[in-house]
Amino acid sequence: MNEKLYLEDEENLGTQVDENYEQVYCRPDTLTDIPFHYCPGCGHSVVHRVLMEVIAELGIQEETIGIAPVGCSVFAYNYMNIDMQEAAHGRASAVATGVKRVLPDKYVFSYQGDGDLAAIGTAETIHTVNRGENILMLFINNGIYGMTGGQMAPTSLIGQVTSTSPYGRDAAQVGSPIKIADMLCLLPGAYYVTRQIVHNPGGVRKLKKALIKAFEYQKQKKGTCFVEVVSNCPSGWKMTPVETIKYIEEQMLPMYPLGDLKVPKN
Amino acid sequence: MENKEKKSGEARLMKGNEALAEAAIRADIDAYFGYPITPQSEVIEYLTREVPIRKEIKTVVLQAESEVASINMVYGAAGAGARVMTSSSSPGISLMQEGLSYIASAQLPCLVANVVRGGPGLGTIQPSQGDYFQATKGGGHGDYHLIVLAPASVQEMADFVFDGFKLAEKYRNPVMILSDGALGQMMEKVILPEEGSLPKTSAPWATTGKTKNREHNVITSLFIQPEEMEQVNLRLQEKYEAIQSEVRYEEIQTEDAEILLVAFGLSSRICQKTVDLAREKGIKVGLFRPITVYPYPYARLKELSNQVEFMLTVEMNAGQMVEDVRLAVEGKVPVHFIGRMGGMILSPEDILHKLESVHESQNTVNV
Repeated sequence: MNEKLYLEDEENLGTQVDENYEQVYCRPDTLTDIPFHYCPGCGHSVVHRVLMEVIAELGIQEETIGIAPVGCSVFAYNYMNIDMQEAAHGRASAVATGVKRVLPDKYVFSYQGDGDLAAIGTAETIHTVNRGENILMLFINNGIYGMTGGQMAPTSLIGQVTSTSPYGRDAAQVGSPIKIADMLCLLPGAYYVTRQIVHNPGGVRKLKKALIKAFEYQKQKKGTCFVEVVSNCPSGWKMTPVETIKYIEEQMLPMYPLGDLKVPKN
Repeated sequence: MENKEKKSGEARLMKGNEALAEAAIRADIDAYFGYPITPQSEVIEYLTREVPIRKEIKTVVLQAESEVASINMVYGAAGAGARVMTSSSSPGISLMQEGLSYIASAQLPCLVANVVRGGPGLGTIQPSQGDYFQATKGGGHGDYHLIVLAPASVQEMADFVFDGFKLAEKYRNPVMILSDGALGQMMEKVILPEEGSLPKTSAPWATTGKTKNREHNVITSLFIQPEEMEQVNLRLQEKYEAIQSEVRYEEIQTEDAEILLVAFGLSSRICQKTVDLAREKGIKVGLFRPITVYPYPYARLKELSNQVEFMLTVEMNAGQMVEDVRLAVEGKVPVHFIGRMGGMILSPEDILHKLESVHESQNTVNV
């Protein structure tokens, strides 16, 4: 590292760091310089960062094609400095299938929210996994429709108040939360299914490991890797970011317990 | 109609759907994604049967879980720079409209064959031309157009695969082959285009993995700022204007025609017989057949309106293309219509009868 390094905190801004220091952590060049538009405290920013760090560290920026969803992360392609396609709502895994089938040696991932993957795109989700498409499906589950203003999602919890369940989600009326990752485990095409979090440092590190595994498995062409991230939506949940952490731990995780749901045999 | 690609010279007796599928193989498609629906299931049946046994062919053929999934697989593959197609029939094409709107907006080339059946709704499995509005006027949301080719023979079912890809790749726009259940199912002699006669075009915009030498490629139809969205629309409209130069049509005995039949696809085949029957009776009838129904040959029809007494549009629907014929002639001559729906087919005699009765009433009025 020959580049001169400067401190970036407010007090010491611009102070040159000793030349003997080696830079070991920086913004990966797999992220563009465009600032994220996400609300303060939202999990998308962290997931974007972790995913792009993994792609940078694995050295597969030139070999990866991402599929962006409809929802808050609809602009993922503005931030992720890789080739990307924007899919219609729910169709990301079908688009990913089309890309992967004609470019079988590239890495392909879909990045989808809960409405996208577990409601309007349920059929595409199930059949993509059932075919064992060699892609990574990254599923951000925050139990609400964030972009459209906080309506009920298929993953919303029983009793959860949203703009379309103002008296709390009633299972007798609209059914129970869908544990889509658990359902997908039943399909032989699912090779690796795991559920992770990003609201604490340990969770972030585990997600990173899970994503590295998923890309390594994709290279082996073993089947679909499905990584769910239980995340938060401070705006949609009408909470402070700190309150959302408590809500995830006390309310979300009992319904969506963490850890690997399906791991490769042997 | 220009057909510069070489033909293999070998004549085969094939169903329209099979000719379409074989032409797709010879057009060296990278991928086909589809879902079975009558009366076009032979397309995917032919491809799933033929491609694996012809070892030199590397085409991806995948039966999707729905038409919605298939058109989005087409979107993904087209965005990745592949030559890709799908086929379906009316209700399935309706399901694809969302995807087609996205593909048109993202400006991706692809080929879609619609082997039209009777509708609306689940309808019948018999031939119809009831999807004309949907094919030529948009179909999905937003201001966009497909380029639409209407074959009238099994030969054209094959030829238009090549023409379709040429146009799709030239304009980065989805192309539709607007066929029908009869053309899909009937068998005729066909001379197939030669393999390798349709070279692949480069696609520097495709998502094939960002290289160091270029910015990352993004395929999207989202332009959230209204100013930007308007610019995208204006660029699309410029493209559609350029596409107007691709107008194709066929004329049969129009030189001395005093009455003009206007029909596309299967209806035009029936009208050919009507022309013969009328001429035997000494009535000077000609036939005008639009081959591209988008872009529509308005200008030539307008010219023809100077020489004919009236026009009779013949369609297997309630009168859809007749609106374009009336637009073309701008009220200069009367435009009449005859059609049947729901899978029923007009006979040449039905058309002649209508033509004669219009002829008589026009003359009566003139007296």
